[in-house]
Amino acid sequence: MAKKLLLLGDEAIAKGAIDSGLSAIYAYPGTPSTEIAEYIDNSSEAKEKNIKCYWSANEKTAVEGAIGMSYAGKRAMACMKHVGLNVAADPFINAAVTRINGGLIIVAADDPSMHSSQNEQDSRFYGKFAFVPILEPSNQQEAYDMVEYGFNLSEKYLIPVLMRIPTRLAHSRSGVEIKSYQTPQNNLKLPDDLKQFVLLPSIARRKYKELLAIQDDLLKESENSCFNKYIDNKDKSKGIIATGIAYNYLMENYDGDVPHPVLKISQYPIPANLIKRLYNECNEIYVFEEGYPLVEELLNGIIGVSKPIKGRLNGFVPRYGELNPTLIANALGIPTRTYYQVPECIVPRPPVLCKGCPHFDTFLALNEALKDYSKGRVFSDIGCYTLGALPPLEAINSCVDMGAAVTMAKGAADAGLIPSVGVIGDSTFTHSGITGLLDCVTYKSNVNIIILDNMTTAMTGGQPSLGLNKLADICKGIGVEENHIRIIKPLPKNHNENVRIIKEELEYNGVSVIISQRECIVTLNKKMREKHKKQESV
Amino acid sequence: MKKDIILAGVGGQGIISIAAIIGLAAVEKNMYIKQSEVHGMSQRGGEVMSTLRISDKYIYSDLIPYGGADIIIGLEPMESLRYLPYLKQDGWIISNADPFVNIPNYPDINVIYNEIKKIKTHILIPANKLAKELNSDKVVNTIILGATFPYLGFTKEEILRAIEQMFSSKGKDIVDLNIMAFTKGYEYALKYQNP
Ligand SMILES: Cc1ncc(C[n+]2csc(CCOP(=O)(O)OP(=O)(O)O)c2C)c(N)n1
Ligand code: SF4
Repeated sequence: MAKKLLLLGDEAIAKGAIDSGLSAIYAYPGTPSTEIAEYIDNSSEAKEKNIKCYWSANEKTAVEGAIGMSYAGKRAMACMKHVGLNVAADPFINAAVTRINGGLIIVAADDPSMHSSQNEQDSRFYGKFAFVPILEPSNQQEAYDMVEYGFNLSEKYLIPVLMRIPTRLAHSRSGVEIKSYQTPQNNLKLPDDLKQFVLLPSIARRKYKELLAIQDDLLKESENSCFNKYIDNKDKSKGIIATGIAYNYLMENYDGDVPHPVLKISQYPIPANLIKRLYNECNEIYVFEEGYPLVEELLNGIIGVSKPIKGRLNGFVPRYGELNPTLIANALGIPTRTYYQVPECIVPRPPVLCKGCPHFDTFLALNEALKDYSKGRVFSDIGCYTLGALPPLEAINSCVDMGAAVTMAKGAADAGLIPSVGVIGDSTFTHSGITGLLDCVTYKSNVNIIILDNMTTAMTGGQPSLGLNKLADICKGIGVEENHIRIIKPLPKNHNENVRIIKEELEYNGVSVIISQRECIVTLNKKMREKHKKQESV
Repeated sequence: MKKDIILAGVGGQGIISIAAIIGLAAVEKNMYIKQSEVHGMSQRGGEVMSTLRISDKYIYSDLIPYGGADIIIGLEPMESLRYLPYLKQDGWIISNADPFVNIPNYPDINVIYNEIKKIKTHILIPANKLAKELNSDKVVNTIILGATFPYLGFTKEEILRAIEQMFSSKGKDIVDLNIMAFTKGYEYALKYQNP
């Protein structure tokens, strides 16, 4: 019997990569993608095989690292959450033009319904934009199997492959059958053409034509893919297209036995012939997609088609938010029942900063230092500290994208909002705050930057913070004046002192950086427990 | 056998540990499993929900449809009510009676109890207090698991073996403590139903 492991969708991808000749994974953490690299980071098997896990400074550096690994002939993976692909869009799209050498898979984990995100963008659009194949597993087993398949596809057409996984699959555990063989890693081998990766216009134009030329082949791969299935059934009053995880929700409603023809799509480009067949054979078409209505929109076109297409665009499925079995039942007119309602007395319980969190003390000091100024001048960013926007602190006024705390503070100061404060976490600062600070220094902008240095990437579970013990030097290195780099320790007993220091810097006309440094109590406790365990075992 | 279970609680209460024990018992019986977890933002003291589906037959969906859950296990009384639309008509709601108050507008606890009691098939168990009797605040979840046991569809041996598997790396004392906690929860629930 094949060996079975109980794995999260994320872990299935990681294990699939370990078993399929991966040499290195590059990642910046982000829910719901983090557990992919974490699994490899903690895997003894990966260590034995010398598979490297690199937590990168951001998603762009991660994808570039993976492209370099591929240049050297080895199989590489880069993982990120959906918005991470915005940051990495430049190397991602250009890697499709250069093409690759060793197999390259980029994993983007989408978060429909925004459980832990600023938006619910659908990464499939990026795949289409870049002209690369997309794999969208519907379950944990496919997530595992698709990695080897994806590496092979990648090396067959010398093309990066995008894998897209939604929260519900990323964070759901199920039995996964592990293959009986292990694919060895590639040897170091440079591209035959040493100009392959030189995107000078003359070369880029040729490479782009080549990319367009393989599109027909990629389409054929989709039409014949084992992950795309046309399931013929008798009742042609409806034809149903279900992509990725939506296929499971559909099957759940019929206990696996749908009376209508079903087209399951898990590989792109969209298998056009299969869609045409469904359209020709059925009276109306239902489209269920987790995410944006990508397939549905294309089907409808601008001119429209004569048969009804039912999905998110005409209210059969909600226009936004993640799918579930009940929504699909409703769309298809399958009766559902709820027996109980949520009682009226139930109130929301929003997330909060942990008791004793260093960010809390920093915000208390900042609020007091700013109390004589009008409200609305604190630009912030993404991390645990974003919770500082909620009561009781209500300390920050923005959270847009990683790094924007620094540059938005600059823009507002440029516009005349003085003082203008940027509050940013340590990991967010090294992700994309440093370049913005260089802008501030260049123009001697009147901004006060507060770096919340809790010495970890806390929001996503405590991954390393790459600027650890380097933040003051980084600021100094890019030109912040030394006497305006202040280090404070956010503790209740230091409150008055911290307020005084922040006030001083608010009054300074120029770039100042306050590094508020105290370790996240969750990582601190974890370290203490591990130390305790070690001592016990000695 | 097929069971769809919702686990509800507050981020940090470790709702996954209960799912993990039941999951281990299901794996031993070669059943199919889908178990969802919560990572990210809501882990910080917010409302969290996880689902566990186990079945002899293949399971398609990771999510449980509305009106489909056999059991809601609540580590916190208000949280156990938040997911009521998922409960089957004759489904069980088995909840910790001890509230976790980290919001200023937490409702009157008696109002919450009354809502839970409106569902005939319910058990309210003061798991934090029972855990104190065992001098451990770490076994609250195992106590609640004990109260849930009769509705899970496993034999006692199967569940106890899963508990042993779950805690064996922490030593025999911890295994024994959890077995005691399990029994305590189980016995309390029996008495709750037949006072
Ligand atoms: C482009 C992008 N990548 C990743 C994330 C996910 N993410 C949100 S916050 C965060 C960590 C922030 O760490 P830090 O700035 O140190 O703050 P902390 O959570 O430790 O307070 C990450 C990785 C994101 N929202 N956007
Ligand atoms: S995990 Fe750390 S940084 Fe995040 S809220 Fe808790 S103590 Fe603060």
